[in-house]
Amino acid sequence: MGGATSASAAAANKGNRTTMATSSAATFNYKVVRQFTIMTVVWGIVGMLVGVIIAAQLLWPEVLPAVPWLSYGRLRPLHTNAVIFAFGGCALFATSYYVVQRTCHVRLFSDALAAFTFWGWNLVIVLAAVTLPLGITTSKEYAELEWPIDVLITLVWVAYAVVFFGTLVKRRTAHIYVANWFFGAFILTVALLHVVNSAAMPVTFWKSYSAYPGVQDAMVQWWYGHNAVGFFLTAGFLGMMYYFVPKQAGRPVYSYRLSVVHFWALIFTYMWAGPHHLHYTALPDWTQSLGMLFSLILLAPSWGGMINGIMTLSGAWHKLREDPILKFMIVSLSFYGMSTFEGPMMSIKTVNALSHYTDWTIGHVHSGALGWVAFISIGCVYYLVPRMFGKEAMHSTKAVNSHFWIATIGVVLYIASMWIAGVMQGLMWRAVNADGTLTYAFVESVKATYPFYAIRLAGGTLFLAGMVVMAWNVWRTAAGGRATEARIPEPAHA
Amino acid sequence: MEVLMLLIPLSVVLVALIAGAFWWSVRSGQFDDLEGPAHRILADDDRAGAAHDVPAGETRDMIEIKPDGEHRR
Repeated sequence: MGGATSASAAAANKGNRTTMATSSAATFNYKVVRQFTIMTVVWGIVGMLVGVIIAAQLLWPEVLPAVPWLSYGRLRPLHTNAVIFAFGGCALFATSYYVVQRTCHVRLFSDALAAFTFWGWNLVIVLAAVTLPLGITTSKEYAELEWPIDVLITLVWVAYAVVFFGTLVKRRTAHIYVANWFFGAFILTVALLHVVNSAAMPVTFWKSYSAYPGVQDAMVQWWYGHNAVGFFLTAGFLGMMYYFVPKQAGRPVYSYRLSVVHFWALIFTYMWAGPHHLHYTALPDWTQSLGMLFSLILLAPSWGGMINGIMTLSGAWHKLREDPILKFMIVSLSFYGMSTFEGPMMSIKTVNALSHYTDWTIGHVHSGALGWVAFISIGCVYYLVPRMFGKEAMHSTKAVNSHFWIATIGVVLYIASMWIAGVMQGLMWRAVNADGTLTYAFVESVKATYPFYAIRLAGGTLFLAGMVVMAWNVWRTAAGGRATEARIPEPAHA
Repeated sequence: MEVLMLLIPLSVVLVALIAGAFWWSVRSGQFDDLEGPAHRILADDDRAGAAHDVPAGETRDMIEIKPDGEHRR
């Protein structure tokens, strides 16, 4: 049927059509999108399972056999790498490849390079899962992988940039949709951050020393670390938001003008928030204050974007009642708003004096990571899976709805328990008696935290359970459909 | 803080690049229409079945497309 339609359309427009395209140029590359979408679900479960395991270790330190490669210190970086770079990374690859093709009305620049990014990225993840438990680490947070893996990441990332920007260059639309600007900024900035922060001198195949000494290294590390949050975990996911929220809602973004302002304001001001991770350290005082200032400035573009996303539903709020995918997306934006308010507040030095080194930071991170990043990614997976397998909808919309509520309760338990634990720890650590001695020994604050670790474990387990429901739903949808490619439609005229 | 001798110039170069990209996007008319693009993504019907999907790996028909120039500014 599709063939007949396109043949008649071709005949009708015979006069103004001038070139013939071969079959590979006539469809979108859905294969690589499908592969990354599936791996988003798989790595999400793996990464969150490791998270639940280490949360259990904090509650019951000997829950796992006492072997070095299952110790908390080695599993914790495995958890962060798996959820950020494996789960989040695959979601970013899948959605950016989908959005750039659909909005530019062309197939990806190179199928071979796109396939290389899929296999290369997944090889990086597997290598991380092997080396981190073995204790092979640079010990730089969120950049723990040793230099041979860093080289592989660089190669994959260059290929990613070539595929993405190559596709933009050969686009058939004059305008570059705003989501692509966010994805493009994310790809370029992460390349720069990775290369500068990972600069190291190898001594053996699995051991290297950072190019920067002491506090210099700390500065570079958090320049990287915070910008990784800003560009990997924010700009890229805002790209998702600006495409998938309007598409799922069936309404144009509230203000396209604001989305453009949001983009330029965010990327012009993001770079210097990093020093807020190093308040009250050996870092010069003025650098800390500069970091705080830029962090506070960031509140404006962040909230502009959040309001823009949520107000897309203005006049169509009823859609939230029956569409659980939209619920995921809109709730993700409210968590984005919450954590981008909380972040600048925590960067204020006097607030940071209370919050730093406490579990409040963990609560803040998970409000952003589970509430914002994971929720928007889950919404996008539910959007993409039926389209990748030629189905009109997910196998079970009820299961999507259950997933939404299980996950939401999980996040709320997680962050509320960590907030309470964090503020309590901060207050206990700073409490002094009239004679100037400390009121509490450190271990007393650990003991007081114990019940909150149990609540956090429950919240994390619920979130993981929701992911398992999603995996089942994705499996059933895929089993009931067929791997599908879509023909490239003509761009709509301006 | 010798490392700031690297990080600050790096930021300045980056801001210059961003400003260059902004200058190009304004000059090339990317922001001449700030309403249409929001609606155009909705005109692209990407629902399964709607876009003449073909099962992956099967022989596809030849279709004709316009040369790039006609859609570009």
